Amino acid sequence: MKIAFTAAGTTWDSMIDPRFGRTEFFIVYNDETQETTVFDNSAVKNEAHGAGTATAQKIFEIKPDVLITGNGPGENAATALKQLDMKIFVNAHNMTIKEAYDNYKNGKLQPL
Amino acid sequence: MINNPPLKIGIASGKGGTGKTLLSTNLAAYLSQTQPTLLVDLDVEEPDDFLFVRGTTQSITDQYKMIPVWDEKACTLCGICSKTCKFHAVIQLGSIILVFKELCHSCYACSELCPAEALPMQKHKMGEIKTIISGNLTFIESRLNIGEEQAVPLIHQTHELAEKTHGNIPLQIFDCPPGTSCPVVASTRNVDFVVLVTEPTPFGLNDLKLAVETMKEIHKPVGVVINRYGIGNNEVEMYCQEAGIPVLAKIPYDRRIAELYSNGQLVYDKIEDMQTSLDNIIKAIQNVVRKN
Amino acid sequence: MSSERINEIVILSGKGGTGKTSLAAAFSVLAGTEAVIADCDVDAANMHLLLKPDFARSMEFYSGELAVINQDICIRCGKCADVCRFNAIPFMENQYTISPLDCEGCGYCEKVCPSFAIVMKERKSGKVYTSTIKTEGIMVHARLDIAAENSGKLVAKVKKDAKDHANAGNKKFIIVDGSPGIGCPVVSSLSGANYVVLVTEPTMSGLHDLIRVYEVIKRFRIKAGCIINKADVNEAQSREIKEFLMSEQIDHLADIPYDSAFSSAMIEGKTVVEIQSPLKAQLEEIWKQIKLITNKNNTI
Repeated sequence: MKIAFTAAGTTWDSMIDPRFGRTEFFIVYNDETQETTVFDNSAVKNEAHGAGTATAQKIFEIKPDVLITGNGPGENAATALKQLDMKIFVNAHNMTIKEAYDNYKNGKLQPL
Repeated sequence: MINNPPLKIGIASGKGGTGKTLLSTNLAAYLSQTQPTLLVDLDVEEPDDFLFVRGTTQSITDQYKMIPVWDEKACTLCGICSKTCKFHAVIQLGSIILVFKELCHSCYACSELCPAEALPMQKHKMGEIKTIISGNLTFIESRLNIGEEQAVPLIHQTHELAEKTHGNIPLQIFDCPPGTSCPVVASTRNVDFVVLVTEPTPFGLNDLKLAVETMKEIHKPVGVVINRYGIGNNEVEMYCQEAGIPVLAKIPYDRRIAELYSNGQLVYDKIEDMQTSLDNIIKAIQNVVRKN
Repeated sequence: MSSERINEIVILSGKGGTGKTSLAAAFSVLAGTEAVIADCDVDAANMHLLLKPDFARSMEFYSGELAVINQDICIRCGKCADVCRFNAIPFMENQYTISPLDCEGCGYCEKVCPSFAIVMKERKSGKVYTSTIKTEGIMVHARLDIAAENSGKLVAKVKKDAKDHANAGNKKFIIVDGSPGIGCPVVSSLSGANYVVLVTEPTMSGLHDLIRVYEVIKRFRIKAGCIINKADVNEAQSREIKEFLMSEQIDHLADIPYDSAFSSAMIEGKTVVEIQSPLKAQLEEIWKQIKLITNKNNTI
């Protein structure tokens, strides 16, 4: 299963980026292969408008099963993400990626 | 007199909360006592003038912008549309094309560059324009739907509608959106004179300077009305003097004005000095415009 | 490292003129070097008038795009002007030129130009500053060019820089003077916030705008409190606002009476907590309360 985090940095100790559309990075962890991949989102982050929908398109290409983020996607991005068969968890923005993952495993994250 | 073109006055300010609505509504209502007057609320994101004008609704017209609509059957999923759209209003998720109408700027690029003609443009309601008659006062309110991001097209359409339906009213007042960016520029483009409302404080002065710069950019004659006169210092007056900008009126700070305003009431018929101020404003503007 | 988290507090009001910036600046002075300040009200940036930043470091800021025509390659075919829906390419003095005030940056003209004479360039829209202010604390702020527009991107940049400074300096708070309205810049002001302080006034439009902006806050599930400024100007309207706060479980932080101290302080280039006024004690109390609430929220 692929779990994507919006991340302010590139390591497990980085904080969750509270933003969806303008997140700095995506960290994607595959818990079957234990493989971690980092996606740079800076191209989208620099868009004046429409960052939410542009990032949603990117997420579609990554195709994670679970998305863990902070404040949650805005209205437009949420509409786009509905097209994907994916579980979304929010309010993880005071956690590191590792803490967010542990909380997710223990069922302590809030679903959207 | 009859052959004179109508006088169009824009009321603007560098930021919200300075008294733009107070001045627009009172000026319009007061002037309509003696001659036909038009008031247009162009602050389409937060129209407030309606709180002060009571009359009968003459018409409500829906306003549209053009947006692309996906024709699934015609689409070949080539992806040109999503790559073309600079605003990410059209995105492709696998075999689905999604259009986000609030993000769309109606540039037609995706629609006309689509090789399969699978994104025809269609009407989408973005707001409405209401016309209200109150005696000699004609009031046009323009309101953008919540969630819509593009104020400018609606402002243009409001100008057009006002011109078409009530263009011959001799006195026309346009309450403009606050700020210094595109919506203000669009609102003030075809007025003869812009009144900038400010406060006699450092914040007021700072915002006024920005507004003056913007008006210079589009070559509009301006005058200043200092609202809540007496609460601050004389820096705004000194600035106006140095920059050669006429101060049209000073409306004294008066707690009664604040109270009446907070209840949605006009003040010109209740506060004595207000009529003098309004008279001074309109005379000064007529003088400037006549000279030009 | 992970126990001390930064509290991000955003001061917001749906409309202008409620005293939002005056209050945000007062809290910034009370917070002193514990906080980094982010002025995201870039349309009408005023906070610098009270906090006296030194404009020490600046960076040009680009947002959106603008079409540029290379007149040497242009064959004057007029295709660009035909497709432009914004009338931004007038034909003047035997040349097609771009009117920057009208160009929306959609790029359609670039796509149809047969001689590749049009390129889209990034549009310079202003400057972002990092300053030391009178409290010795750090403030990040911006200045827009004339007729340039605020954007979610600019607000995100100001907040990001503020956050970097807060991290580097082990600060407890980021105080954000938020953008007006309910559009993209507000959403950007809010993301990552731990607490929102709403500032309103008891007028019909005050409540109307408060309700609209709270819709946005609710969508992002952020805890909020509200200060009713000039509360005594209309008691009935104040009561109505309080009923709304109750029904939405928004903390009612304080009623502040109308007081000329705000403008007398402003004239001296000071916040209201730096002059002799009964408001000083009240604002200290409110700031203490905000700190208490945010600390509680943040220790889960």
